Amino acid sequence: MSHDHPPQQVPLYRLAHGRTGDKGNRSNISLIAWNAHCWPVLVAQATPGRVAAHFAARQPTAVHRYLLEPLQAMNWVLDGVLDGGVNDALNLDSHGKALSYWLLQMPVEVPPALLPHLAPA
Amino acid sequence: MQDPDIPPLWVGCAAGFSGDRTDAAAPVVQALIASGQPACLIFETLAERTLALAQLARREQPEAGYEPLLPELLEPVLADCLAHGIRIVSNFGAAHPEGAARCIQQMAQRLGLRAPRMAVVHGDDVSGGAHQAALRQALGAGAYPQAPVVSANAYIGARAIAEALQAGADIVVCGRVSDPSLTLGPAMAHFGWAWDDWDRLARATMAGHLLECGAQVTGGYFADPGFKEVAGMAQLGYPIAVIEASGDCTITKPPGTGGLVSERTVKEQLLYEVHDPAAYLTPDVIADLTLAQVHQVGPDAVRLRGVRGHAHNGHYKVNVCYAAGWLAEGEISYAGPRALARAQLAGEVLRERLGHARDLRLDWIGVASVLGDDAGRWRHAQGQPSTGGSEPQDVRLRAAWLRPDKDQAQRLPREVNALYTCGPAGGGGVRTGLRARLGTVSCLLPQAQVPVGWRWQPPLNEPEAA
Repeated sequence: MSHDHPPQQVPLYRLAHGRTGDKGNRSNISLIAWNAHCWPVLVAQATPGRVAAHFAARQPTAVHRYLLEPLQAMNWVLDGVLDGGVNDALNLDSHGKALSYWLLQMPVEVPPALLPHLAPA
Repeated sequence: MQDPDIPPLWVGCAAGFSGDRTDAAAPVVQALIASGQPACLIFETLAERTLALAQLARREQPEAGYEPLLPELLEPVLADCLAHGIRIVSNFGAAHPEGAARCIQQMAQRLGLRAPRMAVVHGDDVSGGAHQAALRQALGAGAYPQAPVVSANAYIGARAIAEALQAGADIVVCGRVSDPSLTLGPAMAHFGWAWDDWDRLARATMAGHLLECGAQVTGGYFADPGFKEVAGMAQLGYPIAVIEASGDCTITKPPGTGGLVSERTVKEQLLYEVHDPAAYLTPDVIADLTLAQVHQVGPDAVRLRGVRGHAHNGHYKVNVCYAAGWLAEGEISYAGPRALARAQLAGEVLRERLGHARDLRLDWIGVASVLGDDAGRWRHAQGQPSTGGSEPQDVRLRAAWLRPDKDQAQRLPREVNALYTCGPAGGGGVRTGLRARLGTVSCLLPQAQVPVGWRWQPPLNEPEAA
């Protein structure tokens, strides 16, 4: 990448959409690239380490990323982030349904050439 | 072996959980009739906890224990389904499948319809003494609930459903079955696949997975203005899977309804509640999504292909639900200048009144209420929100507390109520709640240890002569 065109920081929701599901104390969040241009940057930027750090306040015991290349999508599995799950948590959102939008808020860096292919700011 | 000329099977789904919209079925059934193809209608009405709640309802009232909305769900479409040979398969039997079957028989009689051939699937309920030793062993000594067990149910598979349909059932009533089995059962009965034809089983299973949450694949739970637009959300069309002899399917919805079926809606639902996409576990098959593809093949029509299957692991997942204390909640609002400061003070007062309870959860709705965990780490990580000129003007304190017994739990709603006169200035809009909580533990039981089958529901007694 040229130094004349430094990467730009954008929220993940400009590259992808997603949905949360839950089972017990485990949350899964899909991240689906808006288009083929976004996919490789998504793979490079949404890494297990970054996502684990983004969810640090939920203290995940494990963070797994599964890539689904033909769908240009990835599936995140976060263990231990639901305070025991729907039956145990005191959270209003005991399923953790809102967590997909927390992930979509995560800042990532994209090359300027990708900007025309991103969802609106 | 398979006859390539077997027509596709149309499976419509008219409910995705207990409490779903009850006017969804009619447009789905009209579309099934219009297709002129073999068709089946499913209702999925059992979430993880629903069955335990149904057991509690049945204890209160022996005739209850099945889906309470069953009459509202089924009555609008029962006549059309019976007249057009659209079979109905559902887990709306919950904790009392015979009760649900009787309710449907009475409904048909009341509507002046022919008596439907009703099959009831059994074997999922493993709460009886016969299974207790196996459950204790499977869960391990430490995990078996100390508190009274409310329900124990195995997620059974598609075989009993398929057999009942092949025997000529119009309606198959189940309790707990694996959700995708509601679709796989009819597909097995229709296509006559072998039970170890893993690829086909996996494909129809994923068709069932896409259907099982109702409108979540047709534009429900999807809209995000400016990013993901959905028209007609008040009249969402519920999904139909057109399953081919290969097991591949096309997801669509009834014409003239709201919502949409796009590659994006299908991808979101395909991965919903999936963990390892190479091994989506069901009692019928292990589905592998790693090579799955979705393609828009027409307006509101998306085809799923590339799913592969592997032999199931020979076990049923079992959920054991038990009484787990009482959840007490209370809320009060503060508005205008220093709203957050007053709401925070109210929280401190509550905590002190409840004996400095460390396990009391406090939220400030409008500032931080769902992103944080019960220990409040997220909120602390954000720092004080009331900086600069954007001080929150409308904040609602919410407190939640879990206690083993009701009397203890009752203290929270009382103390929240008392904030009216004893709390900070200007508090209003108190709401409180107190309800029994259910805990769940899960384990696996070998399928061979859980006898599963189906039987005909006996006909209703002839009405007495007037």
